[in-house]
Amino acid sequence: MPQHTFKLNGEQVTVDVEDDVRLLWVLRDVLDVTGPKYGCGINVCKACTSHINGKAFNPCSVRVTDIEPTDEITTIEGLPGTVGQPLHPMQQAWLDRDVAQCGYCQPGQIMAAVDKVRKARAEGREISDADLDEIRNVCRCGTYTRIREAIRAGAEHM
Amino acid sequence: MEKSRAGHAADSSRPDFGRRRFLGYVLAGPTLVAAAKLGVGTGTAEAAVPSAPEVSEAYDLNDLLRDAALPTSGLITVAVNPDGTASFDMPRLECGQGVSTLAAMLISEELSLPLDKINVTLADARPELLFNQFTAGSNTTFSMYTPIRVAAAIAKGQLLKAAGQLLNEQVHRLEPVLGAVRAPDGRELSYGELAKAAAGHEVRQVDVELTPSSNFTVIGTPRNRTDALEAVTGRKQFAMDIKVPDAMPTMVCRPPTIKGTVESVANVAEVRGMPGVTDVATIATGVAVRARTFGQCIDAVRALKVSWNQGTVDGMSDKDVLADLEKAEVPLAVPEVPVLARTVEKKFTFYTRDNAALEPQCAVADVRDGKAEIWAPLQAPILTQQKVAGLLGVPVSAVTVHVTPAGGAFGRKMFSDPVLEAVEASQQMGKPVRLMWHRVDEPRQGRAHPMCTSRIRATYLGNEVLTFEQRHTSVATDYTQGFGEVITNMAGEIPPLGQGNELGYSVPVFHLTVNVPYKFGAVTQLLNEIYEYDRIPSGSMRNLVNPDVRTAQELVVDQLAAEMGKDPYRFRREFADDQRALAVLDKVAEAGQWGRPMAPRTAQGISVHKEYKGAIATLVEIDCRPETVNRKVRDAVTGPRVTKAVVAVDTGLAVNPRGLEAQMQGGLMDGIAQALTSSKHLRNGAFLEASWDNYAYTRQWNAPFDVQIIVMPPTTGQPGGAGEFGVPSAMAAVACAYARATGTMPTSFPINHNDPLFFEPKPYEPPLVQSPTDGLTKY
Repeated sequence: MPQHTFKLNGEQVTVDVEDDVRLLWVLRDVLDVTGPKYGCGINVCKACTSHINGKAFNPCSVRVTDIEPTDEITTIEGLPGTVGQPLHPMQQAWLDRDVAQCGYCQPGQIMAAVDKVRKARAEGREISDADLDEIRNVCRCGTYTRIREAIRAGAEHM
Repeated sequence: MEKSRAGHAADSSRPDFGRRRFLGYVLAGPTLVAAAKLGVGTGTAEAAVPSAPEVSEAYDLNDLLRDAALPTSGLITVAVNPDGTASFDMPRLECGQGVSTLAAMLISEELSLPLDKINVTLADARPELLFNQFTAGSNTTFSMYTPIRVAAAIAKGQLLKAAGQLLNEQVHRLEPVLGAVRAPDGRELSYGELAKAAAGHEVRQVDVELTPSSNFTVIGTPRNRTDALEAVTGRKQFAMDIKVPDAMPTMVCRPPTIKGTVESVANVAEVRGMPGVTDVATIATGVAVRARTFGQCIDAVRALKVSWNQGTVDGMSDKDVLADLEKAEVPLAVPEVPVLARTVEKKFTFYTRDNAALEPQCAVADVRDGKAEIWAPLQAPILTQQKVAGLLGVPVSAVTVHVTPAGGAFGRKMFSDPVLEAVEASQQMGKPVRLMWHRVDEPRQGRAHPMCTSRIRATYLGNEVLTFEQRHTSVATDYTQGFGEVITNMAGEIPPLGQGNELGYSVPVFHLTVNVPYKFGAVTQLLNEIYEYDRIPSGSMRNLVNPDVRTAQELVVDQLAAEMGKDPYRFRREFADDQRALAVLDKVAEAGQWGRPMAPRTAQGISVHKEYKGAIATLVEIDCRPETVNRKVRDAVTGPRVTKAVVAVDTGLAVNPRGLEAQMQGGLMDGIAQALTSSKHLRNGAFLEASWDNYAYTRQWNAPFDVQIIVMPPTTGQPGGAGEFGVPSAMAAVACAYARATGTMPTSFPINHNDPLFFEPKPYEPPLVQSPTDGLTKY
């Protein structure tokens, strides 16, 4: 069985699994990293949103063989580590606003939010309503209002 | 672990609910008596006949569920542990509605223990609880409010008594202070130190007084969810995350049409030899495959060559169901009203809506050696346990059902079909399985709030609405699980399962939940259904019939107001049939600046609704200008946008106002979806929708920019329901706003259902879509 190696939440990991297995299943079913959630498997619900080399992506739609040994994958579990704190400011904003309801989509929401803020910053501006409108993550509990508030609040501390 | 067990309260089966209990019980039998009181002094003497108050005003579904639960409510126990914490194993499902937090708050209040010292877990199925382990109808707070507090208060009493003995002090001189008992001289014993000494030696009956509301320090204060940290760190575990040794991923290859069945499988051996695959087994609903990863399950499902028998609606489409509904519609009565009276008559169609949560159906099952162990998010775990026992032919005691937190429930998780599939697969394979539905399975073979029509005929003369008739005709809603049990228990007159769904369950549920919250002369509401209850898989969906029933009514109310020359808000004010409804109406009108000037093709809409022992009003502003309606977001359904919403809610007593606010926001998003974007299309025996890119639930690009939720001060002092309460009012307000902005009353919902399809339907065979591989470039 082919071997694959990449950096996951700060540590180099190696797995034996077929080339075409999507990274989401490698994370969840092989490595027991269950923060990224399955909601569609076709890159439309965004529940599995994680980061690759600091940019948001959806591991449900990437084959493990397409991940390079030097690629750094960050899931919600590794997000606090990127700032060297017990919680990332966006997670703290989520707590402050009591955003979560069932919580199923929230790891993906937070990872998408961090990415949104980073992208806006890279373009030299702050988050706008138009940016927030582009967030594709489904929340079936309907926490959208608090998500919008939390992203603006979290951005202030990023 | 040793525990101090609270004694059972002498009166906990006849709890001191105060005024609300009096209303609920006294009126249980002769409902019309209490209802008559509501009509007193309301100034509608000119109505055609006296307005017989509707059943639900006097005795609603919450009473029924609570009364069914009463004989066993004493079995709820709060334990105080030697480490100073308290635990409560809650016989309800936490599905995001916040009942774990709420239970902890009630315990915190009565036990004088900080919230973070209270551990609320979800109880395994406990068949001895009978009907007291059922999460539905926004009923949890309502039915658990008193029992939990009684248990916690008794625990505190026992701790005080034990401290009195140890400190050689009179109990009334002792004071509980945040997890310890303090004597006047300053000596203290912690709850942890007292836990053993306070333990009972036999079951005793104990009287207890509950903290009066004037002394509340926790109840009624906004608190964050107790599981929030787990949720934002990814540590919160759902059924699919639970580590059960060898419970490998399992998926089911499902038929191309609704409820088709397996005829034969041509290539079992070939598929069993695919990478990662360990087992292939035919079960009642399809062909189950077990593999190392879910990705390999998807590959295997796609490779299976299955011949299918036909389903239950093969060849049928929306138009056929609609035609069957129309054939079944009960004629509206011709009211006996003065000849000068004028009539408003409208008919509305509501299309099928999917009740799936974001967490796909998932169940872990280990069936070996004549025993079964299950892990799943379940609204009705006892029924599930009984069904599993029945399926396996083993005693109920051989089946252990662990309840996991749900990633949303919305009614879907009242049904145990994923558990039964997992049990069947595990039994046949002889191995534990972690069975999960693919997302495609959910809209294609999952449950839905069924298609229905609602017709209203109202008559008015001068300033009086003389009659208001509503005839609701629906594809059968399956209430045979969960609700069925409770109602069966209460009524005891249900025909055999399969024939009695409509008369035994649907119609009673309809009459226990619907009402017309206005002083309108003669009011009648009737429901009739078509099809067997399980022909099209159905169920409730974050509320039962009221999103549709009330939307139809509120649109007609706006029409009546227009014809009678009245403003929509003032009309509702004039006719609202109680003070709480009036108060929330006034509140949203004021906070939402009702009547403010609006640009062309933008408008406000307002609605008021009574259910779950509460009152709610919603005011929205909608933007139907072409530049908004036609705004482009990649692969998105845009359309009219609700830009602002103001909701005022009175649940009698908001135990956790922050949680209530969240529920109202969520209900609003559901209401927006059901009015504007969310539905499934039946074509040739199957639904076209197959994933979140087809089923247009509210997304950020549909969400209002400005949402204000106003939690009213306590009114009744008794908490009503919240989880489903926001939906009908929101959906109705959006529909009314849309009608006012466009000048056209919408008559089918969602309003975009009959537009050209916005997506290319995914294939039916193979049943699952393969995951893309372009995720590094496409986000």
